[in-house]
This record gives sequence, C-alpha cells and structure tokens, in this order.
Amino acid sequence: MADLTTDFLGIKSPNPFWLASAPPTDKEYNVRRAFEAGWGGVVWKTLGAEGPPVVNVNGPRYGAIYGADRRLLGLNNIELITDRPLETNLEEITRVKADYPDRAMIVSIMVPCEEQAWKDILPRVAATGADGIELNFGCPHGMSERGMGAAVGQVPEYIEMVTRWCKQYYDKPVIVKLTPNITDVRKPAAAAMRGGADAVSLINTINSITSVNLDTMSPEPSIDGKGSHGGYCGPAVKPIAMSMVSEIARNPETHGLPISGIGGITTWRDAAEFISLGCGNVQVCTAAMTYGFKVVQEMISGLSQWMDEKGYTSVEEVVGRAVPNVTDWQYLNLNYVAKAKISQDDCIKCGRCYAACEDTSHQAIAMSDDRTFRVIDEECVACNLCVDVCPVEGCITMEPMAPGEVDPRTGKVVEKEYANWTTHPNNPGAVAAE
Amino acid sequence: MSTPMTPGIAKARLPAETLAENFDDLHAPFAPHEAAVAADRCYFCHDAPCVTACPTDIDIPLFIRQISTGTPEAAAKTIFDQNILGGMCARVCPTEDLCEQACVRELAEGKPVEIGRLQRHATDTLMAKQSHPYERAPETGKKVAVVGAGPAGMACAHRVAMHGHDVTIYDAEAKAGGLNEFGIAAYKSTDDFAAREVDWLLGIGGITIKTGMRLGEQLVLDDLVDGFSAVFLAVGLGGVNALRSAGEDKEGVRDAVDFIKELRQASDLTALPVGRDVVVIGGGMTAVDAAVQSKLLGAQNVTIAYRRGRESMSASEYEQDLAASKGVRLMFNAQPVAIHGNGAVCEIELEYTSDDGSGLKGTGETVRLAADQVFKAIGQTLTTNGGLEMDGRKIAVTGAGRTSRAGVWAGGDCASGGDDLTVTAVAEGRDAAMDIHAMLSA
Repeated sequence: MADLTTDFLGIKSPNPFWLASAPPTDKEYNVRRAFEAGWGGVVWKTLGAEGPPVVNVNGPRYGAIYGADRRLLGLNNIELITDRPLETNLEEITRVKADYPDRAMIVSIMVPCEEQAWKDILPRVAATGADGIELNFGCPHGMSERGMGAAVGQVPEYIEMVTRWCKQYYDKPVIVKLTPNITDVRKPAAAAMRGGADAVSLINTINSITSVNLDTMSPEPSIDGKGSHGGYCGPAVKPIAMSMVSEIARNPETHGLPISGIGGITTWRDAAEFISLGCGNVQVCTAAMTYGFKVVQEMISGLSQWMDEKGYTSVEEVVGRAVPNVTDWQYLNLNYVAKAKISQDDCIKCGRCYAACEDTSHQAIAMSDDRTFRVIDEECVACNLCVDVCPVEGCITMEPMAPGEVDPRTGKVVEKEYANWTTHPNNPGAVAAE
Repeated sequence: MSTPMTPGIAKARLPAETLAENFDDLHAPFAPHEAAVAADRCYFCHDAPCVTACPTDIDIPLFIRQISTGTPEAAAKTIFDQNILGGMCARVCPTEDLCEQACVRELAEGKPVEIGRLQRHATDTLMAKQSHPYERAPETGKKVAVVGAGPAGMACAHRVAMHGHDVTIYDAEAKAGGLNEFGIAAYKSTDDFAAREVDWLLGIGGITIKTGMRLGEQLVLDDLVDGFSAVFLAVGLGGVNALRSAGEDKEGVRDAVDFIKELRQASDLTALPVGRDVVVIGGGMTAVDAAVQSKLLGAQNVTIAYRRGRESMSASEYEQDLAASKGVRLMFNAQPVAIHGNGAVCEIELEYTSDDGSGLKGTGETVRLAADQVFKAIGQTLTTNGGLEMDGRKIAVTGAGRTSRAGVWAGGDCASGGDDLTVTAVAEGRDAAMDIHAMLSA
C-alpha cells in the first residue's frame, strides 16, 4: 500500500486528506471523531476576535441541489464563523493537538483588517501548539458585509497587507484561503505570495442561491420568508475549483506556490485530480457533511490503490503532474483530428446521441429504421457531445485519425506536425512558424 | 373453519386477514420518492422504442419526465390524451411484453424502467385530485350507440362524447366495465378500481349507460343502425370453448372466466369456495389468473395443465413466474382426455403430447391428477356477430374498425386484428371514435 504521508509546508500528516474549516471542525467533539475516523488533518473552524462571538440565524442554514435519487450535488450555507467563545475554541484546539500530535492542526482566523486585531489573536493561536494558520479571506456572506472574509479576498492589497502582518507576528506556516468570487484568481494568489504566504488554499464557497420556493417566492434556505445568497460547495463546484487551482499552478508568477486544494472533493479520484493539478494536499467538507467522517476511508484506500497501480510511492510524486498539460486554447493542436465511433455491441439504442447531434450539433449521426446509430465521418467534428450524453460508458469513443489519413469532412490529409492557432492562416494575428 | 387440506370444494380455507393480504395490490403503488427514483432511470430516448411498443402510443418518455419534475398530473394528461383507461392499463398491461420489453434498459441491464408503475403513479395522482380532466365540445346533437361497456366501448364512448356527440352505451351485464370489472385478477384491480374508473370517465358528460341489454337478445343491430348515426360494437367474447373431454359435465368443472367473475364481485372472500386440488386447463392469462387466485384462496395444490410447451404459452414469462412464485405448478405438454369421478370430479386424466413439427399429437401415455375442481380456460368465442362479415372467428374490420356494414364499427376482442388486450381494445375504441367523429363531421 502506497505511503500517503504528506509533508505540506513542513506540516506532516498521515494522509493528504484534511477537513476544511467548516461546521465539521467547529468543536473538539467533532474533530476527535474525525481523527479517530482517519482524517490526516483539520483546519479548525474560523475563529473571530475576542469578545462576544458572532450569532447565526436560527432557521435553515443550508440549501441543496440534487441529482438522481436525491444525491447531493451542491450545498450552500449561510452559516458564519464559529459562534463559540474564542477561549473555548483555543482550549479545545490545545487539548486535541496534544492528543493527536501526528495530525495536522491548522487554525482558521478572521478578524478585522486592523493590525492590532491580528497582533492580538496570533500569539494566542500560537500558544495552542497548532501547526499553522489559514486566513479566511473567502467567506462570501455575513462576514463580508462587515469588511472581512471575501471583502478582503476581493482586494489583493488587503490580502498582501494582512498576510504580511501574520508572517510578522506568527512564526509557523500561513495559508491564505482564496475566494472564487473574483474575476482572476491569479491576482489574489500573487498578492498572498507577495505578502509572504507559505501557501494558498482554494476555493472557498461561491455566491449562490440554490433554489426559490415558488409558493412563498423566497430564496432558500429561507429565514422567515427571506433568503440571502450563501456559499456554494460540493461536487458541483469541483470543475470551477480545479480550473482556479490550475491557473495558479501554471501562472509563472505563482508557479511553485504550495496549494491546498478545496472544492467538491468527494472521492479519492477527485483528490488525485486536484493533486495532479498542483495541490500538495486537499481539504474536504461537503463529502463529510453528506456521508459522515467515514468517507475518508475510501479516499485513503482508493488513492493508495491507484498510486500502487501507477507505481507512485509518494503523494509528492503526483503533485503537479498534470500542470504542464494545462495550456491556453490557442496552443491546442489543430492538426489533431478525431472521429466519434459507436460500438454497436455496446449500444442500447436509446438514440440520445442522435437527438443531441441532430438537434443541437452537426447532424453527424445516422439512424436506421432498426435503430442502428452510425457516425457520419463526413460531418463529425469530434465535438464529444455524443460521448457525453451516451448513458453507456465506453460505448462511444473518440478515435484519433492517423497522420496521412484523409479527413472525410474537410478532404484534407491529417498532418503529423503540431500546429496551433497562433500560426493558423485564418488568424489575423498569426505569426509565421519559425 | 376449513384449511387448505380440507377435501373437496370448501370456503374459508384461509383466515380473512390472510385473504385480504393475498388479494391486496400485486404491486404496491409507488411512494413519491420511489416514483422519482424510478423516473430518474428513464433515458428520454429519441423516438423511444417503448412508445412504439405501446398499442395506444402513449408518449412515455414525456410522461416520465413530467413525473420527475414533480408534475404527475401533467404526466397523467399525457397518458390520458392517448389512453383514457391509462389507470387500468397501468395495472393490467403485460408491460413485460410491451413497453418494458422494448425499454433500452431492458436491453442494457435486464431491468427496464418501471413504466407501468410510473403510469399508475401519474394516473392515480390525477384521479385522486381531479374529477375529470377533459372538457366536452359543444353538443352536436348527433347520437352514437356503443354496444359493450368494456375497455373498447368505454374508450370509444369517451372520445365520441368529448367531441360533442351523445353516446348511449348498452351492456349485457348489470354494471359497466366489461373485463376490467369482471375478468381480471382481483389483485390487479383493488379497491373497486374498475368501477371508480368508469365513474371518473363518465365525468366527460354526454354518456348514458343502459345495462342488461345483450346484443341478439334485448338489442337488435338493425334497430341500432336505424336509431343512431353510428354504432360501435365492442361486445367482447362472451362464449367459452368446451374441453370436449369425457366427464366435462361433472360437478366441480367450470369455466375459469365465471370463477374469476364471481371472485371479482365477491364482497366476502371467506364465503368463496375453492377446491383442495385444483387443475386449470389452458395456457393464457385467464388460466394464470384462475390458478393464482385459487392458490391465494387457499387451495392446497393448483396445477395449470397446458397442452403445448412453455414457449407456446400465451401467458407471458412474467405471468408464468408469478404463478410459480405463488406455488402454482405449471405442467406442459399435457392435454385432458377424461374427467373422472362419481358425480363430482375427483381426478383428471391427461395425455402427454408431443409435436414433431407435423402438429400436436397425443403420445398415448396418460397421467391422472387428483382434482376436486377443474377450471376450463381454453379460450373465449364470439356469441353474436349481428350478421356482419367475419374474419375467422371475429368480426372483420378494416381501417379504424369499420365493419362490412356502413355506419357500424367494431373493436376490442370481438373484432379482428390486434391482441386481446385491454390496451389494444382502448386503442381500437379510440381510433374508431375518431373515425366516427370524422364521419359525423363530414
């Protein structure tokens, strides 16, 4: 079984699966259960400044999006940071860390954008023996209205400034958690790096309204007939998160900056994908909130099995393996030509490929009276829609054409050489190939 | 109280609670979440094979999608637009031979989308909520006679009435419904569904039902043709084929359809007698319905004896499995030759058969089964044709049910073409109605 031990910023954990700062990590009781279940680390739910803690709503905090059979695909929440006294949290963190020295213990913090506020809290956090801190610059609701959370994360200068204070007043790793509610995630990541951040973690939740109650006309979750946008997370946000992670990983300015990946990680495979895109570890919340802490056991066994099968001996070996293959559209090989192919043995004759192609794409699938579906190579642009809508995995495949073959759609010979848009004759800005 | 072991024909072989349980819904209706999960399995196929397989052409992918989006009432409208008896068809259709057999998931996994149960979910939801979902067109003053208040007749009457014509339905029985009311296993139509469906269907208005009127007795076709603009015959198959075996007249030998009818109309199942050793002769749905219900009433041994092999049995594989699961023995290649007993039947003698390709022949070897009750289920016949041209043993029809006589249409089991199924009868009734309407509007 592959060794899943992870060293992230010098913080060791038995596996790369940490629980993200969220309701599952709000109390000693939960965190002890998480560690007993096998989680490699936790990011304790965000602490606020000394004084009366925040209050939460007393009605529904979560809203959901479902797939078939009420499978939870997306969750949103309007919960705030911890609503328990600071001292209580600090005492609990100290006790748990002492009892689980081999697990990563990170403390999430969110206090006002004033140097003194950070100066006050950081030594108290340091005294817990925690392994590092995570700056919550991402929470999109409630706290942002008070100038914290996403309100900081949306202003790169604030990120840099606060990060610098933290590095100044705290001597262990500082992770900056980024909000996705911005247009270009590279900017806040670069700001964190300039401020001296040891790592970034992303994504925090996305502004969202999950549903509207059509009887009361209130967004849900509804509090006495009104709703507010919440933070969206769960499997539905994974593609957005992975894109943002990859942007940071391949941006020359931030390349090499350690990343803790967050966003819809539900299985070992999700985790492996985030790691391949440059994450040194991953953080999980919705999967645990949906299925309980036990899900980590599948993540551990699955990742080990896959690593064994691939011959990877450490998580470190996987980190960033896919990053060189993430590129811009303009660099994609336009001489690569594929055609859809339907396996008649696997086809169950539902006709979804036909409807999709005929109604919404390129009329490249023929249907016979006996419901045999066949790709018309002369029309097929290899868009992949038929593959995506086919209910049978592996029934329709995209088969690359070999160089030298003639593409029946264009009548052109498939070239062996790579050529992209930058040199394409149709590109007004094309530069001649050297 | 008697038990399954009590010899002869006896009532109350099982306690009332057991009987109630045995004759409850064969398939419990879907709870809303079950329906949602079942609906989610539908792939929404293009030009879906299930629709092609449905004799009434219900847009199945559409109604299932309407269920999955939380509008089972709209789903029901999609169903009723094509099949006004969609509620009964959801219960009695041999879906395993029709839509569910054609379902691509049957091909893929051997587990089709449960179309029948989903249809029931939709139709039950609407029928529980709404008195009647269609509005009748302004009255035309035209009069149409429908003979037979079974599925074909009711479907025709509804469609004709909906277009504004006045309909009089004549039926030989004391109440409407035809085979839905008298001829289907009780566990497929619980809580008096057939009668409730008739009442609901009549909500369209413009339909009068006259019972106790049998064609060839109280009714004469010539009079109907004279008195109405159009006549639709849907008289079914009222006669029963004879075994033509020695001893057929012994006590304890009866027609399966009569037994099924008596059972359907019984208000107290503990008062309904059944044999200890029951033998049903036949290979169709009627044979299965009689055999299974005998078993459920408490018969100790029930055997279906069919003269041909399993592959020729007209009862579907699903029905065969159902019978077997209830403890009915299926015996193939055995034909009755004699019924023995002193006054009442006590044994049936069957001859083994074989077919080497030149036709079914007895082998000369016989076997005797203990039997204190024998049900004949070897097919029904037309009792009267009103002097119309015949196609084999049924009234000849062309197009949308047109008979050899102008102004007279026929459909359902009495007419040629199509399988003898409720759903086929509904389709024929509906199509004849549209043809009649077109003729009346011309």
